[in-house]
Amino acid sequence: MLARTADNLFWLARYMERADFIARTIEATLRLEYLPRGGDGDPQTEWFSALEAVGAHESFATKHGELTEPLAIDYLTFDRDNPSSICNCLEYARANGRAVRTALTAETWTAINDAWLELKRFEATRRAAKELSRDALTSFLDYVKKASLDFDGACYRTMLRNDGYYFNRIGLFLERADNTARLLDVKYHLLLPANEQIGGSLDFFQWVAILRAVSAATAYHWVYRDRVKPWLVADLLILKPSMPRSLIYCYDALDRALDDLARADGHSGAAQRQARAVLSKLERASMTEIFQSGLHEFVTEFIEENSRLASAISEQYLFV
Amino acid sequence: MAAFDEMGLEGEAPRRVYAKVARWLEQSPPELLASRRAQAEFMFRRIGITFGVYGDKEAAERLIPFDIVPRLLSRREWTKLEAGLVQRVTALNLFLKDVYGARKILKEKIVPEELILRNPHYRPEMIGHRAPHDVWVHIGGIDIVRIDDEDFYVLEDNARTPSGVSYMLENREVTMRLMPDLFAAHRVAPVDDYPDELLATLTSVAPHPDVAKPTIVVLTPGPFNSAYYEHSFLADKLGVELVEGRDLFVDNDHVFMRTTLGPKRVDVIYRRVDDDFLDPLVFNPESVLGVPGLIGAYLAGNVTIANAVGAGVADDKAIYSYVPDLIKFYLDEEPKLKNIQTYRCRDAGDLAYVLERLDQLVVKEVNGSGGYGMLVGPHATQAQRELFAAKLKADPANYIAQPTLALSTCPSSFDSGISPRHVDLRPFVLSGAKGVRIVPGGLTRVALTKGSLVVNSSQGGGTKDTWVVDDPLEGEEG
Repeated sequence: MLARTADNLFWLARYMERADFIARTIEATLRLEYLPRGGDGDPQTEWFSALEAVGAHESFATKHGELTEPLAIDYLTFDRDNPSSICNCLEYARANGRAVRTALTAETWTAINDAWLELKRFEATRRAAKELSRDALTSFLDYVKKASLDFDGACYRTMLRNDGYYFNRIGLFLERADNTARLLDVKYHLLLPANEQIGGSLDFFQWVAILRAVSAATAYHWVYRDRVKPWLVADLLILKPSMPRSLIYCYDALDRALDDLARADGHSGAAQRQARAVLSKLERASMTEIFQSGLHEFVTEFIEENSRLASAISEQYLFV
Repeated sequence: MAAFDEMGLEGEAPRRVYAKVARWLEQSPPELLASRRAQAEFMFRRIGITFGVYGDKEAAERLIPFDIVPRLLSRREWTKLEAGLVQRVTALNLFLKDVYGARKILKEKIVPEELILRNPHYRPEMIGHRAPHDVWVHIGGIDIVRIDDEDFYVLEDNARTPSGVSYMLENREVTMRLMPDLFAAHRVAPVDDYPDELLATLTSVAPHPDVAKPTIVVLTPGPFNSAYYEHSFLADKLGVELVEGRDLFVDNDHVFMRTTLGPKRVDVIYRRVDDDFLDPLVFNPESVLGVPGLIGAYLAGNVTIANAVGAGVADDKAIYSYVPDLIKFYLDEEPKLKNIQTYRCRDAGDLAYVLERLDQLVVKEVNGSGGYGMLVGPHATQAQRELFAAKLKADPANYIAQPTLALSTCPSSFDSGISPRHVDLRPFVLSGAKGVRIVPGGLTRVALTKGSLVVNSSQGGGTKDTWVVDDPLEGEEG
C-alpha cells in the first residue's frame, strides 16, 4: 500500500474518532451545567476543563479573552479557527477520505460523504442563526455521534481485512486512547480515593459526567453493580479489558492490529515493540499501585508513551 | 435552423430506433420523470461524483447535470462509427511515430513543418524515441457530432488525457437502476467491461514483456483537480494504486512508488497529468505535480507513460484539418468519418474569409480545450466578435474556424417537460499492443441551455447515458 494512503487512512479514522469524543465531552459538560450551583460554583470551570480535555484551552485563550459557555461551545463545534473543532475534524476526515477513495469501500465513503453533506447543512443553519439554540446543538451532537458510528460500522462491516483496515484501526484506537487519557488527566483529582464523600456530593455528577463523556455510564453499572465510586471509574477507564474505551482495551486492539500488519508484511519493528510494551505494562498494573505512585503521573506518562507509538508508526510505515 | 433530431420532433413519427423511448416519454406522467430526475441527482451526489470547475470557488465540487433520457444509436450506426474510429486512431498513432521518427509526412510536405515544430505540444525531447510498442494514444477521446441521419463528423481528436469515461460508466449504473423497464425493453450493449479493456490495454504496453504482471498506477494531480473523481474511480475499477507525483521517485532510471513496505517498482503509468507537469527536470521546473527524473526513466525504456509524452501534437486543431490526409497517407484508405470544413487562419486567404464571416463561424484556439477560448459567432455579441477579430489578426496561426453546425438534438427531460437539446458523443478508443478496442457507445454530452451548442461540462453542459441497441428485427415494432 502507498505510504500516503496509509497516512490518509490513519488520519481519517483519528479525525472521525476525535469528532465523536468532542461531541460527547460537550454533552457531558452541558449536563453538569444544568446542575444547581453552590455558592462557590464557578460556571466557567466546566467549560475550561472541557477545552482542556480536547487540548483546545490554549488556542481558545489566544482567540477569546473571556470564557463563556456560548463561546466555548462555538469554538468546539463550528469554529474554523480551532483545528480540532468538530467541523474541522469532519472536514479533514473527508479530505483524507477523498484522497484515498480507492482504498475505501463504497459504504465507508458514503458514510463519510453523507456526514460531510449533513455538516454543510448544519453550518448553513449555524450561519443563518445568531446563536445556536439548545435544540439545534443537541441535534448537531447527535448527528456527530451517529456519523462516527456509521463510519466505524461501515469500516468494520465492509472493509477487506488487509493493511488498509489495520491502519484504520490503528488510527482509531490511538486516538481513542489519547482521548480517554486526556479526560483522565483533566479530571484525575476527582478520581482519587480520598475524594469519596458519602451522599449528596456534587462530585457524584462529575464522575457520571466522565463516564458519559466516554459513553460508559451504563457499562459502569453492568461491570461493578455498585454505586459510582471514583476509583472504580478510574479502574473502568484504565484497566477494564471489556470496556471499549479503556486504555487497556485500546492497546489490546492496537497490539492486535499492528501484529496483523506485521504478519501481512512479513516484518515487525519499533511500532510493534512499543505497543507490546505499553500493553504489558497495563496488563501488569493494578489500581492500588497506580494510586500509590500517583494517578496523575501514570496518566501523563501514558500520554507520552502513546505519542511515542504514533511517532514509531510514522517512522516505520508513513515515511514522514 | 432546424437541427436533425435523433428521436424525431413533435408531430413527426419517431425514428425506428427511438420508438420505445418515444412511447415511454409519452406515457410517463411528469411526476414520475420529476422523481427520476431527483433520484438521479441524489444518487450522484451521494456517491460523490463531482466535477471541479476552474475559476469558480463556490462550485469547487459541482455536480455535472445528468439528463435521464438515454441517447440511442442503432447497432448498424455504431458499427459504421466504430470502423471509422479505429481507422482514425490507427492513423494518429502512425502519425506520432512518424513525427518523432522518420518524418516522412513532413518530407513529403503533406503537413507543413512549422505546424509541428511550432506546436506547443510538440516535444523535441522525444525525437528519435519510439513509444513502447509504437502506441502513443492509448486512450483517445474522439468527439463526434451528427447533423443528419447519414454521417458522423469528427469535431475534435483528444489525444492527451481525455476525461469523462467515469460518467459513461456511472450514467449506465444510474439508468439501469432508475429505469429498469425501459432498459429491459431494449437490448443495450454493455459498457461495464471498459475497465477490463483498459487494464488489458495498459498491461499490453508494459516496457518489459517478461514481466508477467506489470505494476500499473494512475497518476493524478490530486484531489483539487477537476477530474479527481474520475482518477480515483478508474484506479479503483482497475485495482491499481492512485498515486500523486510525491508518491513516486526515480532511482537509476527506474520508477518506484513509496509504499508502507518500502519502494515498489512501477512499469506503466496511466497519467492524468499534462506533459508540462510530468518532470520538473525536463519540462516546467515549477511543477510540484511531477516526478523528477521520470522522463529519463521513460527514455531509458524502463517505464511506459500513457498517453505517450508528446502525443498532444495530434490533438491540435490545426492538425485536425489534416487527419483525412494522414489516413490516406499512412493507411492508403479513404477516411470513413467526415471532418468538418476547417479554415486555417494561418492561411491568409482563410483568415480573410473568416474575418468577414465571424457572425457565422465558430472560432477555436488550436490548442484550446474544455470549451474555453472559443467564439460561437452567431451567439456572440458584436463586442465579443470584435475582440476575437483583434486576437485573430494578432496571432492568426493560433486559430481555426468552422461553420456553425446544426448539431443534432436529442430529447431531454426538464421540469417544464421534454425538449430537444444539442448533443455530441465522445467514444473512448483504446490502443494497445494488440490493436484498437472501443466499448460500444461513449459519453453523450448535452448542452442543457436551450439553443446552446457548447456541451462542455465546464460550461454548463450535462451528460446522458448512451445506448447502442440492436436493430429492431424486420416486422418487429420499434
